[in-house]
Amino acid sequence: MSTEHIDDVSGISTTGHEWDGIRELNNPLPRWWVITFYITIAWAIGYTIAYPAWPMLSSATSGLLGYSSRNDVKNELAAAELAKGKYVAAIQSKTVSEIAADDALREFAVAAGGATFKVNCVQCHGSGAQGSKGFPNLNDDDWLWGGKADQIQQTITHGIRFASDPDTRISEMPGFGDIITPEQITQVSAYVASLSGKVQDASLIEPGAKVFAENCVACHGANAKGNREFGAPDLTDAIWLYGSGEAAIAAQVRAPKHGVMPAWIDRLGETKVKELAVYVHSLGGGE
Amino acid sequence: MKFGTETVALSLFAFAALVAAGFGVDEPFRQHMWVLFIVLLGFIAILLRKTSFAPAARIDPSAYMDGPIRYGAIATMFWGVVGMLVGVVIALQLAYPDLNIQPWFNFGRLRPLHTSGVVFAFGGNALLCTSMYVVQRTCRARLFGGNLAWFVFWGYQLFIVMAATGYLLGITESREYAEPEWYVDIWLTIVWVAYLLLFLGTILKRKEPHIYVANWFYLSFIVTIAMLHVVNNLSMPASFLGSKSYSAFSGVQDALTQWWYGHNAVGFFLTAGFLGMMYYFVPKQANRPVYSYRLSIIHFWALIFLYIWAGPHHLHYTALPDWAQTLGMVFSIMLWMPSWGGMINGLMTLSGAWDKIRTDPIIRMMVIAIAFYGMSTFEGPMMSIKSVNSLSHYTDWTIGHVHSGALGWVGMISFGAIYYMVPKLWNRERLYSLRLVTWHFWLATLGIVVYAAVMWVSGIMQGLMWREYDEQGFLVYSFAETVAAMHPYYVMRAIGGAMYLSGALIMAWNITMTILGHQRQEQPLPGSVPALQPAQ
Repeated sequence: MSTEHIDDVSGISTTGHEWDGIRELNNPLPRWWVITFYITIAWAIGYTIAYPAWPMLSSATSGLLGYSSRNDVKNELAAAELAKGKYVAAIQSKTVSEIAADDALREFAVAAGGATFKVNCVQCHGSGAQGSKGFPNLNDDDWLWGGKADQIQQTITHGIRFASDPDTRISEMPGFGDIITPEQITQVSAYVASLSGKVQDASLIEPGAKVFAENCVACHGANAKGNREFGAPDLTDAIWLYGSGEAAIAAQVRAPKHGVMPAWIDRLGETKVKELAVYVHSLGGGE
Repeated sequence: MKFGTETVALSLFAFAALVAAGFGVDEPFRQHMWVLFIVLLGFIAILLRKTSFAPAARIDPSAYMDGPIRYGAIATMFWGVVGMLVGVVIALQLAYPDLNIQPWFNFGRLRPLHTSGVVFAFGGNALLCTSMYVVQRTCRARLFGGNLAWFVFWGYQLFIVMAATGYLLGITESREYAEPEWYVDIWLTIVWVAYLLLFLGTILKRKEPHIYVANWFYLSFIVTIAMLHVVNNLSMPASFLGSKSYSAFSGVQDALTQWWYGHNAVGFFLTAGFLGMMYYFVPKQANRPVYSYRLSIIHFWALIFLYIWAGPHHLHYTALPDWAQTLGMVFSIMLWMPSWGGMINGLMTLSGAWDKIRTDPIIRMMVIAIAFYGMSTFEGPMMSIKSVNSLSHYTDWTIGHVHSGALGWVGMISFGAIYYMVPKLWNRERLYSLRLVTWHFWLATLGIVVYAAVMWVSGIMQGLMWREYDEQGFLVYSFAETVAAMHPYYVMRAIGGAMYLSGALIMAWNITMTILGHQRQEQPLPGSVPALQPAQ
């Protein structure tokens, strides 16, 4: 029912309607609200004139400022390319050893390689390149396949035991569980452990040395210092890929684990691989 | 025979589910149909127990139909607690990934369970029951269509159960807030059209000359959700006995359709619908007239006209053409004042009753809801500005924004409405305890503040870390490093969410005791009763 009604508290008249006891005051729109609303509308109209906005029959208005997000990206990328261009060209034309020897180039390559490393390598080698069981630490000077910049580049380019790359680095230590007796495995493990630390039963060392001389020197060398040609690890430096101690060594002698690293050349391209090699080389153990 | 037709219809439906469970072409579909079959058997059992051969009692056509509303209030509480609990679980899963239990309870399946649980199950039931409550009282008319309201209520619960179990089984369309597959979508369409008929029919038989503003908002919500749901879910099933379908749209058109839907689910479900709630329950609880009739008209039409165009702001800097991005942004900016119209009308309705914020915890709850509404409807347009969006997009800032709206606005206004309705629906003199409402208020408010503040900090940090370059032009952080940096914030967010959930559990207790007819003997809240003066 529409009847004249004044709200006692505010002294404002209501619209006269009532729903379940609810009335509505006849207050005007707040001025600041109306003005702000108009400002946003005016701004919106202005913005749609300045920027691409109104759809027409076959395309849309392109805006007075000539803005296009695709051009923006293109320009930003071009500017970034230009800023890096001098370095990238130099990296493309020089060998990794030359890059590592040039202060400015090395600084750039280390920054670039570091960014690439964070995205592609940390999953296995760790965020500080510290490695973990089965994944080599890249900070130390123990290298399976060589620690010179070009050797690191070769490793990253073609990977390790990566079947689809014909130039990949390959080595495979046989499982000696089928070749020598369990007793001999215990002996040779004790000998290998003794090269870099103490062993529980020193009487095993001597027979172990004999087993080693008969079976292992071909790859690991008479002095057990390894051979990077075959990726055979140095057994005297107390750095262990699959764990230290006689038991871990015995397990590796019996049935060795062989890690795989992918070839990165197809994924990253030559420039990035070079930058990565310089970065890894710079971590501390580079030769 | 009472419920004769219903029982027969349900039995046929259950038989069809059984057939589909037997002949379904994929395993999830067969499992899902078994779920449907068992749920329908439950419905049939309930109906059979209620069957009576006595002549139907005459229904007083002038009395309000409150049965479905009572059920709806309970369902709101139940789904609210479930949805918020799942929210706390997935918050903890983000902080501690080991909590992902494969395959049913991993983050990917629980996340839509949480969003649909709080938006559609909690929020949807709150809208369903309050709209039925409000439309009857402001039209002075009984709900239209006999048992139609019961069909809408139970049909909607069936939709929720089918959607939720589907997610856990791994059945999804992967469309945000529209994850249910085609057959669940069809069922929701049927229920929703029934809801529209129910609401519209009741308005048409009203005894008031004018339609109250709350009903405009509710009606716009029902009509628009019907349109959004149907268009966004247009798809072709790979098999009519299978759980997979393909969208009618592809590529960027598909993305735009999805965000047109997604943003207006926010606009019409979470904004317009709950504004309808506010326009009834705030003036009732405050016992004051609505501040401005003119403002309510202008902001209603401005809001519904502008909101529908704002969706493209979810696709800034994507394959969406620049012109569409521009329009999405400017419409979002223009939306700021129409949104605030509701805030002004809600807050200013309290003029002359401001003291109730001190004395009435339900009013306090409604006021904080409106305050959060105002804050998030300012934050939204700001985040739609492209240069802001380039920092905020894909970060936790968005999650914080959504939750200040969902926990602050939607949750709090619904709690206020339920606290108001329950004593009236069950003819109780008052709530079991007003002091527990105060506890709920503070736990919920502090929970939101913790949640939103933490997400601002972590979201902005995340955005800055993503875009940080060194002087050589290379990204400083890898993605995994930015994730690791989020951990402490994820833990704090889970704590904020747990506070909000504990408030809701207190409410569930309070509401249960009220329904059971208990009243807690407690000191009245300070200021709520004028202090008695000793006789001189």
